[in-house]
Amino acid sequence: MTWRESFPILKAHPDLIYLDHAATAQKPQVVIDRMTAWYETENASPNRGAYGLSASATITYENAREAVLKFIDAGKDATAVFTKNATEALNLVAYAYPFKPGDEIVVAISAHHSVIVPLQIAAKRTGAVLKYLYVDGVHGDFSEQMLAVIGPKTRLVALPLIDNALGVLYDVETVVKKARQHGAAVLVDAAQAVGHRPVSMQKLDADFLVFSGHKMYGPQGIGVLAAKYEQLEQMTPFLAGGDMIAYVTEQSTTYAPIPKRFEAGTQNVGGAVGLDAAIQWIDAQGIERIAEHEAAMTRYALLRLSEHPAVTVLGPKLTMERGALVSFEVEGIHPHDMATLLDQNGIAIRAGHHCCQPYMHHLDKAGTCRASFSAFTEERDIDALIMGIDHARKVFGYDRS
Amino acid sequence: MTDHNMYSEIILMHNRSGHNRHALSGETHAERGHNPSCGDDLTLHLRVVDGIIESASYTGSGCALSQASISIMIDLITGMDLDSAKNMANDFFDMARGETISPEAEEALQDAMAFQNIAKMPARTKCGTLGWHCLTASIAETTADDVN
Ligand SMILES: Cc1ncc(COP(=O)(O)O)c(C=O)c1O
Ligand SMILES: [Zn+2]
Repeated sequence: MTWRESFPILKAHPDLIYLDHAATAQKPQVVIDRMTAWYETENASPNRGAYGLSASATITYENAREAVLKFIDAGKDATAVFTKNATEALNLVAYAYPFKPGDEIVVAISAHHSVIVPLQIAAKRTGAVLKYLYVDGVHGDFSEQMLAVIGPKTRLVALPLIDNALGVLYDVETVVKKARQHGAAVLVDAAQAVGHRPVSMQKLDADFLVFSGHKMYGPQGIGVLAAKYEQLEQMTPFLAGGDMIAYVTEQSTTYAPIPKRFEAGTQNVGGAVGLDAAIQWIDAQGIERIAEHEAAMTRYALLRLSEHPAVTVLGPKLTMERGALVSFEVEGIHPHDMATLLDQNGIAIRAGHHCCQPYMHHLDKAGTCRASFSAFTEERDIDALIMGIDHARKVFGYDRS
Repeated sequence: MTDHNMYSEIILMHNRSGHNRHALSGETHAERGHNPSCGDDLTLHLRVVDGIIESASYTGSGCALSQASISIMIDLITGMDLDSAKNMANDFFDMARGETISPEAEEALQDAMAFQNIAKMPARTKCGTLGWHCLTASIAETTADDVN
């Protein structure tokens, strides 16, 4: 089966040119089938029942956790908390991390709003100070001068592994080394990396690593906070309720062990099962093969777009290692008009600030057009994008020069 | 998928919309409207004398829809009294919500009727209404000033 044939959405919409994988991935048939099977034949509440179905639900759920940990090479010092998405994982850390007045939180300016906003709120609530690590929108490496913002008061540094606005791949390891000198923890937002390239939490030496299942061929509604035990141990519960407790009396509660302490209420087992299936699908294809294919598609898109006289490509240069997405501007056409006009030709891209308003402001951009790629992207999708751009230019009264 | 013709027509109007894009001398109102999802950031300038919009213009940047819409609006409301302008804005909002409006209102809206199918483009409706929101906000301020 070709990669394209594995995705039923492309059968339902044979003319769809889907170039918005970075927003959410489409789902292979095997993921959908696995989730259907879960609901048809296995559904039960995990953790709670003494009967057979519930006991197997608990095992299935914990197997999914093991699969996630193995997939990101978390090592024995870390575990995974299931959340609704990357955003909830980030809120969990921002809420539960024991910031004190005067502590400094350092965030990359290219971080997603789901990193920045929860940490802004945490800073206001705790009296911590939010500082920014400024990047240039092209390079992912850090000079000593850039890293000077990390100092003795820094408690937490948060940055993307790949930013979703321009596709810059960051040298997280250098940031971690600097943070370690000052005893600060590092949170890596890997939402645009996991499922696209091999990600090793141990190699990065990250304290926290977050991502969403739906961006890596899994279902919407399941996300992951992978974290070192030593970090989770100093954190208070985020949400409280059933399943996260050990003993509850009228006035006080002792909590369940980590990671369950951070999973209150009936969990999204169907989602975890789907994520497990997505991981199995990726493993069966080979993450290296997917990464190579996406790199080839990204290079092709960069070549085609940069040779177009009306297009300006932003972000990393052709030869740089990067994420599988390309941000660009088309002369005389606002990104949102571009997206609407491409939609008229069945081409789905993303336009706007990509949930990165501080980054856009820093780069002095109102927004960009973004095409993003996955295993099923083919050169003809990118050819269609180029034709769509020409069409839009015509509608706007420009001739291709 | 969107309505080809409507969008193309609006873009053509946009390309002619430059005449209203400038600063306004002697302005009595400047109302900034921002559409975060699109990044549209337009300011409506009005010179209101004795309850009449004597002159209007806009500045800022935005997509073709937002600019065409505010420019068409400026052509329509110039010379109008504030009450009539406010009623026209309400008709436009009704239309943009996909409600049917009276034939008289349709006739009065003239070129702005190009936006009649904007309700079918939920991602872009706010682009069409941005300028009109600046207008109603300006009028609300004027009315508040009168009361004080
Ligand atoms: C880099 C990055 N971080 C975080 C998120 C948030 O993911 P979600 O909306 O699934 O919580 C996204 C996606 O929108 C993203 O691209
Ligand atoms: Zn707009």
